Amino acid sequence: MIQIAEKLIIQLDAVTRVYKVGVEHIHALDGVDLRIGENEYVAIMGPSGSGKSTLMNCLGCLDRATSGSYELDGQDTTKLSDAALAHVRNERIGFVFQSFELLGKLSALKNVEMPLIYSRNGWWARRKRAKDVLQRVGLAGRIKHRPNQLSGGEKQRVAIARALVCNPSILLADEPTGNLDSKTSEEILELFDQLHREGQTIILVTHEEHVANHAERIIKMKDGKICSDVSTGRTARKEASAENRSTEETT
Amino acid sequence: MRALINAPLAFLRLFYQSVYLALSQIWANKMRSFLTTIGIVIGVASVTAVIAALTGLKAQVLTQFETIGTNTIFVGPRRPKTGPMRHASWWTIRFLPEHFDGILENCPSVGLFSRLGSVGSHTARFGENSVENVNITGIEAAYHEIQNRPVILGREFSVIDNMQKNQVCLIDPKLQTELRLDRDCIGQAIRIGHQTFVIAGVIERRPELNFGQDAEDYYEVFIPFRTLYKLGEPGIWAFAASKSTEMTEEAQAEMKFFLRRTRGIRPNEPDTFRIDSVKSFLTSFNEVALMVTLVAGGVVGISLLVGGVGIMNIMLVSVSERTREIGLRKAVGAKNSAILTQFLIEAVVLCFFGGLVGLGLGQCLTLIISGINPVLEKTYIPVWAVGLAFGFAGSVGIFFGLFPAVKAARLDPIEALRHE
Repeated sequence: MIQIAEKLIIQLDAVTRVYKVGVEHIHALDGVDLRIGENEYVAIMGPSGSGKSTLMNCLGCLDRATSGSYELDGQDTTKLSDAALAHVRNERIGFVFQSFELLGKLSALKNVEMPLIYSRNGWWARRKRAKDVLQRVGLAGRIKHRPNQLSGGEKQRVAIARALVCNPSILLADEPTGNLDSKTSEEILELFDQLHREGQTIILVTHEEHVANHAERIIKMKDGKICSDVSTGRTARKEASAENRSTEETT
Repeated sequence: MRALINAPLAFLRLFYQSVYLALSQIWANKMRSFLTTIGIVIGVASVTAVIAALTGLKAQVLTQFETIGTNTIFVGPRRPKTGPMRHASWWTIRFLPEHFDGILENCPSVGLFSRLGSVGSHTARFGENSVENVNITGIEAAYHEIQNRPVILGREFSVIDNMQKNQVCLIDPKLQTELRLDRDCIGQAIRIGHQTFVIAGVIERRPELNFGQDAEDYYEVFIPFRTLYKLGEPGIWAFAASKSTEMTEEAQAEMKFFLRRTRGIRPNEPDTFRIDSVKSFLTSFNEVALMVTLVAGGVVGISLLVGGVGIMNIMLVSVSERTREIGLRKAVGAKNSAILTQFLIEAVVLCFFGGLVGLGLGQCLTLIISGINPVLEKTYIPVWAVGLAFGFAGSVGIFFGLFPAVKAARLDPIEALRHE
């Protein structure tokens, strides 16, 4: 059974999402209940059309549930205005996409700074914060480079830095290794592991088993429903990492 | 409180970022941006050039009137459009010197008054040299005070010259050169017709603005009004000056009343003369200038409209090219208003860019205009026209940028991110 953390970040209750295509109603999500606690590392799997992308969009506040309720950080998001949802996305959610979605005309630093433009930060604080995050993902030396001067792995690291720059409650990654070779994929997944050890809550959408195995918990979806929800037995929780750190210090 | 301070700051940041993005977009698509803004460029260039030409013309006309003085009143014969005198000959309605006798005593608002007469053009001779078609004008002493045309050498006419019908004259410097008179020609005698005139002074040449007249071979000689009769029967008109510019209209009314009586016009009959002031000349000139401005404004408006449609088109292309970017910006927390601002600013920056290029082009046109036509020598673009041009360009940007910007702001982020 899944151990529920002390603090809940995500609480979905009977969430449905119905699309109208002509006269047909498609139930992309069909009564999903989901609880994700702080600092969990969850992978969502499922074949295409299973509703995992829709779930992702709903979790990321890009889409609204047709019915049911979604509480993020204890705040009900179902009744928020578009502008308020944009604010929630800005402050609480970090997106990582399969195709990176970096703006080609801006440097790595400017790309990472971009979300901060839409929140209340001064120029200096913004720059400092973006530099810190780029350092955290291991790109301190490449902040002036444009995306076309970076490798695929580096691009994804910039994208991850951009997702982290507003200090989000959850990091949502949609097939983050889909466009990368296996070696680079491993590096990116290690970065995710590291972020998780540092206390970040991560939700990962993937269809690859080995990617999902990095998570502590795997949720499988089928026909808009959650069909399995199991723990992988990996424990890389805060306590563990804290112990690791203390042992490192002693050595 | 913090929110109150931060909200405008957040907007400023967004504004700065948008301007920066817009400039980099324009730079990245140089050719496209230039072609797009060509309508705005032409619109702004033509509006500034037209305004500059009008300003120059106005400045020139004002200089012309400055030598006359703004409180100057002009009196001359005119055939009425109605009444029994409408077919009268010029001879019948001509002025006689005695029509003006006692005008200063009867018209309290009139400060200065001078009869003028012309006997047409004569040939002036000095020794072997002669100049044809010299305009001979008879003036009274007060003329020097009414018209701002200083005598640069020698002396002005006095009341005595007129009373004694002295055979003295004032010549313009050009005639002095043409007749090969001495540098100091005062006291030398020239012949006009069969009369000899002693040069009393040299009068400043009049400003060179005479539509339809070739100012190059225009020579003037002034002689006392009463001396004029020795050369023939003159055509008479008059110059007067009101005591102040504000009293001009009163002075005109008084003179009209006085002249109707001396010319024996019956109460119900129309005037057989006109009394115009520089003020009324200026008014009608301004009316014409305004008309030209409005017509030019209309043409420019159409050009800006066409330019605006171009802007709208290119902004729609930009929105569809950058759909994924819009999706991403929304995903990381850009509100619809932020996206709207970004694209609106981009359109406005594009238009301002066009305005700037247009202003440069307008300046070139202005230089060409002032080079070609000496009448428009004083042509320049006034500051308010620069403001107007940018105001127009900016408004076009906002008006035609609004639709593409709204379209961008309304994009669904999920759809936008999926866009190829």
